[in-house]
Amino acid sequence: MAQVSSVSNEQSPTAKSITLKISRYNPEHDESSGFMEFNVKYEKWTTVLEAILDVKKHFDHSVAVRYSCRQATCGSCGMIINGKPRLACFTKISELDSNTVTVEPMNNFPVIRDLAVKFEKLFDTHQKIKPYLIRDDTELVSDEKEFLQTPEEVEQYIQFANCIKCGLCNSACPTMATDSSFVGPQALAQAYRYVADSRDKGKDSRLKIIDDSHGIWRCHFAGSCSQVCPKGVDPAMGIQLLRGYMLGFSS
Amino acid sequence: MRESTIMKIHYGTALAAVALVAVHILMRLTMNYAESLEYENVLANYKFVPYAIMLELILILLSVHGFNGLRVILLELKQGRMYEKSVSYGCLAAMIGLIAYGSRTIIMTNMGMV
Repeated sequence: MAQVSSVSNEQSPTAKSITLKISRYNPEHDESSGFMEFNVKYEKWTTVLEAILDVKKHFDHSVAVRYSCRQATCGSCGMIINGKPRLACFTKISELDSNTVTVEPMNNFPVIRDLAVKFEKLFDTHQKIKPYLIRDDTELVSDEKEFLQTPEEVEQYIQFANCIKCGLCNSACPTMATDSSFVGPQALAQAYRYVADSRDKGKDSRLKIIDDSHGIWRCHFAGSCSQVCPKGVDPAMGIQLLRGYMLGFSS
Repeated sequence: MRESTIMKIHYGTALAAVALVAVHILMRLTMNYAESLEYENVLANYKFVPYAIMLELILILLSVHGFNGLRVILLELKQGRMYEKSVSYGCLAAMIGLIAYGSRTIIMTNMGMV
């Protein structure tokens, strides 16, 4: 399936070029995946997503890739870039320090086509842990009209609120590679985010959900989820802190 | 049983087993190692009731910890309702079997039937 294409386009004289290897796979037609190679020009600010879009524009419009915001906010363009799960819009080609950039779909996700993967399971497990504040009263009936928190209380969970559900942590997780029923670091980190929130009263029901034979106890603390998070969330730490609640070390 | 309860037992048995096996190893060092493995000395250990109780506890702790560890590994290898039930009950049965067989050995030796 290899193909080398290049473009003699209108880019500036400072542009360098790399070989972009894109994984191509359509589960409906192909038995296995293969790579197509393209010579792509880049500037020092060019991102991997821009290079892929350049390929779509000039060489092969059928390359399937999911993207939206282009600023590491929507979490759509997660993929394996040179062997590591990253956001394509947040990874500059110049910082990869390689003449060849290989892009593949994320691990531990079913492939729709080429670089696009199915997010259903990620969203299902995320929903399963009840990612919202649980309490009987609301700001509409409370006298105070709002639930105040001290900076220290916010500090307990705020980094976990930065999750953009890109799925890179699940892609990097070695347990997810073997245990298809594992809840995954994304959902577990979000469970911690709400359990640690002083406004939330749903701790017991949330802990019960993750206290399963494929729940929190299957994490081996490899820590790869925390290494790949583009938003600086530390799911591995969240999981350990959550275990503290379950073992009775935290209340 | 909830998974957190099982894992508490798993961690507890590991810690207790480390402590008791350390005592067991220290007891072996009270005399020459080869001498401690002589037939009469081994039998004497089993006939000394506090030591026999400690061996029984080590057997229980290691069986519970080991078979639960095996269950966890097997559950991560493959998934499926039937498979998971078979693994869980299989490990429980093997654990009970091993404890029963080991206890039989300890009790029979302690009572001088060997």
